[in-house]
Amino acid sequence: MDETLIPAAPVNVAPQGPTASAWYGLLFLLATEAALFIYLLFSYFLLASQAPGQWPPDGVPEIQRPGANTVILLLSSATAWWSQRSIANGASGKLIVGLSLTLLLGCIFTGVQIWEWTHKSFSPASNAYGSLYFTITALHVAHVVIGLIVLACLIVWAALGRFSAKRHLHVLIGVTYWHFVDAVWIAVFTTFFLTPMLG
Amino acid sequence: MTNATQETVGGAEQADLARQWETSPGIRGWFSTVDHKEIGIRYLVTALIFLFIGGVEALVMRAQLAGPNLTLLSPEQYNQLFTMHGVTMVFLYALPMLSGFSNYLWPLLLGSRDMAFPRLNAFSYWVYLASGVFIYSTFWLGQAPNAGWFNYVPLAAREYDPGINIDVYALGLIFLGISTTAGAINFIVSLMRTRAPGMSINRMPILVWGTLTASVANLFAVPALSAACLLLWLDRQFGMHFFDPAGGGQPLLWQHLFWVFGHPWVYALVLPAMGIVSDALPTFCRRPLVGYTAVALATVTTMIVGFGVWVHHMFSTGLPGLSLSFFGAASMIIAIPSAVSVFAWIGTIWAGRPVFKTPFFYFAGFVLLFVIGGVSGFMTAAVPLDWQLTDTYFIVAHLHFVLLGINVFPVIGGLYYWFPKMTGRMPNEALGKLSFWVSFIGFNIAFLPMHLSGLRGMPRRIYTYPDHMGWNMANLLSTIGALIFAAGLLLTLYNLWYSRTRGAPAGPNPWDAATLEWSVPSPPPAYNFRRIPIVASRHPLWEDRLQDVHHRSVLDTDIALEDGRKTIATTVLDAEADAILRMPGDSVAPVMLSVALAIAFFSLLLNIWWLAGLAAVSGILVLAAWLAPVAPPTPAEERIRG
Repeated sequence: MDETLIPAAPVNVAPQGPTASAWYGLLFLLATEAALFIYLLFSYFLLASQAPGQWPPDGVPEIQRPGANTVILLLSSATAWWSQRSIANGASGKLIVGLSLTLLLGCIFTGVQIWEWTHKSFSPASNAYGSLYFTITALHVAHVVIGLIVLACLIVWAALGRFSAKRHLHVLIGVTYWHFVDAVWIAVFTTFFLTPMLG
Repeated sequence: MTNATQETVGGAEQADLARQWETSPGIRGWFSTVDHKEIGIRYLVTALIFLFIGGVEALVMRAQLAGPNLTLLSPEQYNQLFTMHGVTMVFLYALPMLSGFSNYLWPLLLGSRDMAFPRLNAFSYWVYLASGVFIYSTFWLGQAPNAGWFNYVPLAAREYDPGINIDVYALGLIFLGISTTAGAINFIVSLMRTRAPGMSINRMPILVWGTLTASVANLFAVPALSAACLLLWLDRQFGMHFFDPAGGGQPLLWQHLFWVFGHPWVYALVLPAMGIVSDALPTFCRRPLVGYTAVALATVTTMIVGFGVWVHHMFSTGLPGLSLSFFGAASMIIAIPSAVSVFAWIGTIWAGRPVFKTPFFYFAGFVLLFVIGGVSGFMTAAVPLDWQLTDTYFIVAHLHFVLLGINVFPVIGGLYYWFPKMTGRMPNEALGKLSFWVSFIGFNIAFLPMHLSGLRGMPRRIYTYPDHMGWNMANLLSTIGALIFAAGLLLTLYNLWYSRTRGAPAGPNPWDAATLEWSVPSPPPAYNFRRIPIVASRHPLWEDRLQDVHHRSVLDTDIALEDGRKTIATTVLDAEADAILRMPGDSVAPVMLSVALAIAFFSLLLNIWWLAGLAAVSGILVLAAWLAPVAPPTPAEERIRG
């Protein structure tokens, strides 16, 4: 029998943070979600590379509003990070403030996206570019909306006093998911708004 | 302490554990159980039912093809049958069957009390069942998917296939993908967290390696299929242009996305089955597997290379020659890790003292079929030969040799092998051997002649053929062989059904096998292990007679954890105990979430958008209740020692 396998000190019950099963579960969920977006962006580049005429068909898209919206989403990642750091120090009031700010910024991002969709000169059925643009951005917004629901649940649970400096695994998971949604947007934004500028 | 008091203490402990872990009886218990053994058996039974349905479809097609110019089936009926046969066998039988084995076996093999996410496990089963019902929902109306299991556009586009058929395919496979993904994540995290102390990665059974490799691959492969199906459904429902050249789309996009998924998937269908053989064959050779490390590495290598071979399904599409050379070479390289495993199995038989029980026959037969299917695969990896043979019966022969040879034969052998553990009864040996010979002979009569009909130019997926093409005899033989093969499988099902109640009592370890699942009673108690074992080698039950094993595993440790549902967590590589996991109890949330998803998918199919939205909202509510934070452990719980 190998005695080193069993530590002498009491081991952690229902571990929190990076040794919790749920944390690993989240990481693999994000891996498969990332793969989904990679395949969709692969589809964009495949169709772009095979396009017979100009790509995008209406020329390089206007970048100012989506660019500003990107800044809003990045800001929301900062507030999410701040709320997680607050609860790690036991400040549950700051946690609620931070989560609420994140929720607000996420709602603004979603509103701007909807405004963008309604002011495009093309529709999902116009051509392959339109199909790609609306499908990929809509799928991203669907992930943002799930993130907003997660944030709302976290705010309710925080208000009910379910989190402490020692036990706040749900906050870690919710905030990490939110960062992931941000990272996906960076990839989507780069694909649709920056790569066409390369000519 | 006297022996008598030890007995009493042990009895009280077992009663505590049983009370904590057993599912309550009745209908609520049936819907809410999260016991991995119950879920595993449900997976196995459901997959066997799909195997039966897919088999009947195949026999009807073989009857139609028994001779030239037969009219048993109309062309449209034939299209739906070959599509549903492929979809059923590839999606609803082959992987779920292996998930059934792994669900049942993993915690028992790894020395744990359950999977890492017991409720997610139940959820993945219910979604599998619901998606199977979904995919078959229009079959009875004569509106089943009808464009082949790989469903190429433009044939599958609305313009050429205006019915509901392809929408069922697209939504059904997205739905099934949720189950596959949930199951894959559960396997990976279970591997990382819920092994017994000492079950380091170089001591894990090969089945665990196989299922782990398949699960990691599924995480990266399934999204390609889900994306392809989503884009196809959007094309069909909302007039989008992903696959429509007139709108700037590309039909080849479908083929890329499908085969980026499809080729890793076929390895996911065989690697766990090869793991079954690597673990069970040595029991009947009375020695450990030859080349454990090489086989484990070959398993992982096969999958890594398997992500770089998808274009070999697309050699005839006009892609540039350089790309064809690359993918042809990669496809040939896969023969190397496959051969490593084959030689390891042959070496194990060669160096062992074989015991000729039923499972041994199925595993030995598998090795032969794998070699034949492997060689025909290696042949078609050569681009010029593939151009000649693609879409002929040669390919049909190849894919049935690999999928039946590497999946069905190990699976049947595995059923015979672990049946005593699951039921506590032995299968009938004489009937078992008879079932093998009937299956094996029938299989070869059915599929060997297809190589010939393919070489003589018979295309796949034709509903009939003219006389005087030189295909008559081969087709008649295939039909006769298919009937014999089906009889062999039915003998197995009858044997298992009969032995379930009337077989001889098995005892804990009827085959005198080496791994942990045989250290517990048959069938195992709800909590699996009364004490969490401490593992010191790959062969915990053979340590006394193996010369090169110097450490001894301890099965009767002092790790009881009888207070609440608990199991031990260990580190990823070395499996040192580092935490105690509180495991959730039975719950109806998984089945409720699955019902909500099923309603959502049926609503999308029928374009009832408000109901789809309502189902989504209900699903989110169930999920919020499921995932809500639970009370922290009490100070008394915190004092538990590892």
